[in-house]
Amino acid sequence: MKKIEAIIKPFKLEDVKDALANAGVQGMTVTEVKGFGRQKGHTEIYRGSEYTVDFVPKLKIEIVLPDNAVESAIEAIVAAARTGKIGDGKIFVLPVEQALRIRTGECGDHAV
Amino acid sequence: MRKMRTKLSVFLKIGVMVTLLGGFALAGEALKEPSLEQRVADLEAYFNNGSRVAEVAGKISGPGPGHNAWLMVCAALVLFMTLPGLALFYGGLVRRKNVLSVLAQCLGIAGLVTILWWGVGYSLVFSSGGSILGGLEFAFLNGVDSAPNPGYSAWVSQNVFSIYQMMFAIITPALIIGAVAERIKYPAVLMFVALWMFAVYFPLAHMVWGADGLMNGVWNPQSRIKAIDFAGGTVVHMSSGWSALVLCLIVGKRLGLGKTTMAPHSMVLCMIGTSILWIGWYGFNAGSALAADGIASNAFVTTTLATAVASVTWAVTEWITRGKPSVLGLCSGVVAGLVTVTPACGFITANGAVAIGIFAGLIPFFACVKLKAVLGYDDALDTFGVHAVGGTLGSILTGFLATAKANPNLATNLGEVVGRTLWVHQLAAIGITIALAVAGSAAIAFLVKFTVGLRPNVEEETLGLDVVDHGEQGYILE
Repeated sequence: MKKIEAIIKPFKLEDVKDALANAGVQGMTVTEVKGFGRQKGHTEIYRGSEYTVDFVPKLKIEIVLPDNAVESAIEAIVAAARTGKIGDGKIFVLPVEQALRIRTGECGDHAV
Repeated sequence: MRKMRTKLSVFLKIGVMVTLLGGFALAGEALKEPSLEQRVADLEAYFNNGSRVAEVAGKISGPGPGHNAWLMVCAALVLFMTLPGLALFYGGLVRRKNVLSVLAQCLGIAGLVTILWWGVGYSLVFSSGGSILGGLEFAFLNGVDSAPNPGYSAWVSQNVFSIYQMMFAIITPALIIGAVAERIKYPAVLMFVALWMFAVYFPLAHMVWGADGLMNGVWNPQSRIKAIDFAGGTVVHMSSGWSALVLCLIVGKRLGLGKTTMAPHSMVLCMIGTSILWIGWYGFNAGSALAADGIASNAFVTTTLATAVASVTWAVTEWITRGKPSVLGLCSGVVAGLVTVTPACGFITANGAVAIGIFAGLIPFFACVKLKAVLGYDDALDTFGVHAVGGTLGSILTGFLATAKANPNLATNLGEVVGRTLWVHQLAAIGITIALAVAGSAAIAFLVKFTVGLRPNVEEETLGLDVVDHGEQGYILE
């Protein structure tokens, strides 16, 4: 099992969700996050005061999948979230030791 | 037509005869039955907001309904400026953790000043005394009832006049708190304001508006300084603005200024507050005519023009110099326009108001954006930049733009001054106002600093004044 963590532009959520559904992914967790990479923040000016806002709002999508489903899910996210401009986000893939469905007690690939 | 005239003349003749007979019959007694002419003259005085026909008791008892109704509405409008206008304007500009502290300060000042005003405040400002301060004749509103006080307004109940003027006394110290927002203890605010009213506001308001005041050029023929201030450029805006500068210097800068973000937590609240201020300001400016008369109409128009022009000017200046017209820029221009036209509104023409609007959009803008950055004081919400600079600017411009064409009262005692040396008298009034505000505020600020203390400690300031001073949060979003 692998966990996919994808940081994407907030307005791409609907596209990414649909693309993942088409790729057979059945669930996901979404969190509003802030951060920065190469895309810098912006400047806000209130009368005489200037503030640089470094952290840009993004969404983090978390999905856990059986190993054989990871490749197609990543392709779906990349295709849906890409605008070609700086700040499109990143995808991380992490190994997962165990998964368990609380209702039934199922473990492993059956649980995700 | 002819018939009517005959009727009227018969009526008048009877009236005169009755008066004469009555006069003979009651010779030696104080009260005479008024003649029809006198009664008509009394009515005309009501329509023209003139003095009552003196020597006889007229048939109109108490106030004139139209003028009185207008002043009651205006009193409510001026309160609306503080609660919630100013509270939201300032409240939106602070960080989320301090929004309630601003609201609490505005509410607390409204209550505190009302009690002071009832006790001695009204009397010290509006009863006759010296040229600096009034006496105690009206202490505890003694004798202040629904009958008008002809020294100020022949047709408005004195109790209404008193409450109307009280609303000015409430908003003035509330303006000061913008400069020290987010970093002053609640008890310190209340103690400072209580003492400040006695040291600065009551004397200044008496000097400028008291019938025997030192700087009341329009109504006091004996005034040493022939200055004019229609609605409070010196009394309200300069006094609060200059005091705010002194207080924010003594209190010191907010923790983390220049390092952490101190952006406004809600420009939406700020815009709502600004709009309420603009609406309420009609009670402040047009109401200062103390009657629903032509001078009030003119002040209503000049207030509107100056404010709109200043808002556009500020935003366009921002657009040109910094690339974007901001909501805060449009709001700041509105307030700067309102402040700057305040001393002038009842004395200038519509075109004069447009000129004031342009200056009001430019000069306070540079005070807030450039001057503050160069000098480095932490006037958190720009009370000095808008109210002191705008109030001073407006008081100077009033000296040049006031004209008896807009306000015939300027011809009564100031015929020789208006259009000639009025600006010199305005400068003298400005000097006295700044001296009183700066000296009074410095003395009181140090007194508060060494007794109850001005600032919360570092931990409290970091946590936010809402939780620390009031045990509440502005927003619980779950």
